[in-house]
Amino acid sequence: MIKTKPYTATRNACKMCTPLGAALVFHGIEGTIPLLHGSQGCSTYMRRYLISHFKEPVDIASSNFSEETAIFGGGANLKLAIENVARQYTPQMIGIASTCLSETIGDDVAMIINSMDTSSIPAMLVHVSTPSYTGTHVDGFHHAVQAVVEQCNPDTIKIKYKPRAKKKINLFPGMLSNEDLRHLKEIFMDVKTKMTLLPDYSERLEGPSWVEYQAIQQGGTPIRAIQEMNLATASMEFGSILGSVRKKGEKTAGSWLEHNFDIPCVSLGIPMGVKATDLFFSHLEQLTLKVIPEKYKRQRGRLIDSYVDGNKYVSKKRAIVYGEEDFVTAMAGFLAEIGVIPVLCASGGKSGLLKQALDEIIPKNILKQVSVHQGMDFTQMEKHARELAPDFAIGNSKGYPMARHLGIPLVRAGFPIHDRVGGSRILHIGYKGTQQLFDTIVNTLLRKRQDTSDIGYAYM
Amino acid sequence: MSTILKDPKNIEPGTGVLPDPEEVRKEMLARYPAKVARKRSKQITVNKIEEDGSVPEMGSNVRTVPGIITQRGCSYAGCKGVILGPTRDIVNITHGPIGCGFYSWLTRRNQTKPPSDDHENYMTYCFSTDMQDQDIVFGGEKKLKAAIQEAYDIFKPKAISIFSTCPVGLIGDDVHAVAREMKEKLGINIFGFSCEGYKGVSQSAGHHIANNGVFTHIVGKDDTIMDAEYKINLLGEYNIGGDGFEIDRILKDCGISVVSTFSGNSTYDQFANSHTADLNTVMCHRSINYVADMMEIKYGIPWIKINFIGAKSTAKSLRKIAAYFEEEKLIKQVDEVIEKEMKEVEKVRLDVRSRCEGKLAMLFVGGSRAHHYQELFKEIGMKTVSAGYEFAHRDDYEGRKVIPQIKIDADSRNIEELDIKPDKEKFTPRKTAEQITALEEKGYEFKDYKGMMPDMDEGTLVIDDISQYETELLLKIYKPDIYCAGIKEKYAVQKSGIPMKQLHSYDSGGPYAGFKGAINFYKEIDRMVNSRVWGYLEAPWQKNPELSAKYVWE
Repeated sequence: MIKTKPYTATRNACKMCTPLGAALVFHGIEGTIPLLHGSQGCSTYMRRYLISHFKEPVDIASSNFSEETAIFGGGANLKLAIENVARQYTPQMIGIASTCLSETIGDDVAMIINSMDTSSIPAMLVHVSTPSYTGTHVDGFHHAVQAVVEQCNPDTIKIKYKPRAKKKINLFPGMLSNEDLRHLKEIFMDVKTKMTLLPDYSERLEGPSWVEYQAIQQGGTPIRAIQEMNLATASMEFGSILGSVRKKGEKTAGSWLEHNFDIPCVSLGIPMGVKATDLFFSHLEQLTLKVIPEKYKRQRGRLIDSYVDGNKYVSKKRAIVYGEEDFVTAMAGFLAEIGVIPVLCASGGKSGLLKQALDEIIPKNILKQVSVHQGMDFTQMEKHARELAPDFAIGNSKGYPMARHLGIPLVRAGFPIHDRVGGSRILHIGYKGTQQLFDTIVNTLLRKRQDTSDIGYAYM
Repeated sequence: MSTILKDPKNIEPGTGVLPDPEEVRKEMLARYPAKVARKRSKQITVNKIEEDGSVPEMGSNVRTVPGIITQRGCSYAGCKGVILGPTRDIVNITHGPIGCGFYSWLTRRNQTKPPSDDHENYMTYCFSTDMQDQDIVFGGEKKLKAAIQEAYDIFKPKAISIFSTCPVGLIGDDVHAVAREMKEKLGINIFGFSCEGYKGVSQSAGHHIANNGVFTHIVGKDDTIMDAEYKINLLGEYNIGGDGFEIDRILKDCGISVVSTFSGNSTYDQFANSHTADLNTVMCHRSINYVADMMEIKYGIPWIKINFIGAKSTAKSLRKIAAYFEEEKLIKQVDEVIEKEMKEVEKVRLDVRSRCEGKLAMLFVGGSRAHHYQELFKEIGMKTVSAGYEFAHRDDYEGRKVIPQIKIDADSRNIEELDIKPDKEKFTPRKTAEQITALEEKGYEFKDYKGMMPDMDEGTLVIDDISQYETELLLKIYKPDIYCAGIKEKYAVQKSGIPMKQLHSYDSGGPYAGFKGAINFYKEIDRMVNSRVWGYLEAPWQKNPELSAKYVWE
């Protein structure tokens, strides 16, 4: 392993701050407005950032701290903000996420909410603690999912007798693209099983034009469905890191339901690649007791067939994979499967679990050639990559300058993608998503070879 | 629903009949609770121009009500993102958790062009101390010092600046003390900004903080006088989409030299040397007038307001600069450049005008853009029916003459006003008092900005810090042909079937300044307002006579 000098400063970070993830989750719940308890810049920056990826309206309210608020506490501002959001948007839920500002001054948001007279506010108020100096946007995302599930399924609910004749699954997909979420819904529809997907921003953050102005865009997981999660037969949670976190005994949405309502929870990596998708469908089969439709067998068949056809072009190629830890793990697993060596697996996240997650998914002979880094920024990544002679990079738009400096193509995947259209329409998961990733990678490599060839053969 | 929405003649586009603005205003305020309505009523005004040229008082630069989703950013955004961001050779370190640095990393499209690849350009970097729990608890000064040391070791820059984010002020990290200590240690210029996000009501506070810092720590450090005849500074031009490059091209053709731009395509050395210019020209009055004022007092450089958005305005501004120098040679050269450039401009303008004449525009952006861009629309025959700023003050709406009447509230008081005195050695008035008076008698305006409202028609609606709800009403009632704002508003407006032009980032377009910029803008607006895509919004099989709902654009 190559040692890099540890730097104190972060140059070109490969992570975003915690409340951004929470704001995204709240966009995936029907009729919900996110409200950041902090300075107005936070909500403006995060709106602008999410919009640059989704190219859709993104509304995040703010409690709008002033200097005075920062000194005397944000209680009054938060109450006023909640009242105003409730009046203007008549939301079903207001998702309140804290920021570094309100956390530093020690505002007790739960207490502020509890002390409020909420009789005139029909919206459910959910609070998630997301200090920006702890963790990354992924942590904010998972914490928000967990907070919503806990609040909608309090442990005071008496568990009624459930014959559980009809299978019903809770699915916590983690931070996936709109197209991924739509694909998951399609799969469950095909196996004719009820599923609650949380969050589901696939419609709200990719809707058609409006006949009527929509204060809150349509779409999202219905709150009633979240409240009925305690009646499901099983939960599924995507993300190997999240799975390890749960194993360590930390709370997740799935573990809350398991612990309080005896709903078994299956943790699995994001289903990218054949192996991971096989695992997903196997679990699906077991949990739903349904036969997986022919359609998916065919998708798988075509995918394997194309692996054979395209192997020549990807075998032993060297890739840099970066982004969220769960994304990196799943992507590296897929790359290893098609014979690409993910020579550098890097993330800005610092869960301490990335190495172990990769150990479990990548075959030993390839793993030897993989350099794993957590808490890494793009400057270190680029420096490191120079020694690894990569053929391409795969990840979000933020890696473009690195890829450009290295003179290698970038395959765009994950979040954020703001230098191309359709970032939220990239399908990463399932056999179908794997197929698209595979084709894109092969064609990117072919294009590079063709463009840099003196002759430019037009046949493969 | 009020009569204004029911009455079809009020809402038929293309009939030339516009709705009664007073009614629109009433409708807008109706939904707000009494207290918010009272506050908003001061910021929503029907324009009226009195005989003496005065306009109604415009509520502005007041805090947005919590929970109302606003366009505004924060003090940090104004300081780091807007003013210091476009300077390529200062290492900008964000002191705070990762978010602020990340979100301001190349998100503004201010372009820069180093003379060669070997020259410094740190703009592509995002430096952050990435504060963690332990830094919040035990203080982040040590980490900040280490970050500065690293930046120095790697880049050996001329200067390093530090930007404070919200928690920094709260935990009591003294960025200025750290800056002083490291400056002494490393021997390069290092300075900090207390631009915590909660300061002031918008990014405007950050502009002021940045102006003070740049003026105190950089301006006046290098007395080399540029060997050129007509030396000016270009203030408040940020080179979005290459605007500054186009302006530089024109000025060069005219024989006018730019000592420093604040701060598009700028360098540390330009700032340091800027006090040697003969004239300060101010583009964006809101964000940079503080530096202009301070340079006048300390160094004796007069300032004038100019505007390079719009071909006519560009010509007018060039002539204004030439008139200042009072030299026939320059005046002639400027006239020649204008004549040459206007040929192509006119050709395109008349062609585009034939398709855009009479269409309606709305602009809600910035602290000067909502005013400047009306010029371009006017040139192609489009009418601005409503406009407003995001973070401007009363003087930007009503003109500088109202400055003495502006009430100082708690938010403004928190932003330091520097007490500037003439510099004992470097103060040299560029013109004598008599020369200034003589020019003024000829109608020349120094140190003045007339504001947006006197330039707008009577009966237009002026709205400060517009909310989403108000935007929606405007779209519904006026059905404008184009709406201009920023990326946060873009997609909500387009969902209503109305084209939306970003005037912060230019939708990856530009330049729009100067003569070539005007041509670009005419063509862009032509493409947008005459696009066929809006006709495809509804499929033929979607038309269901039983449904009475209508799209806004129908």
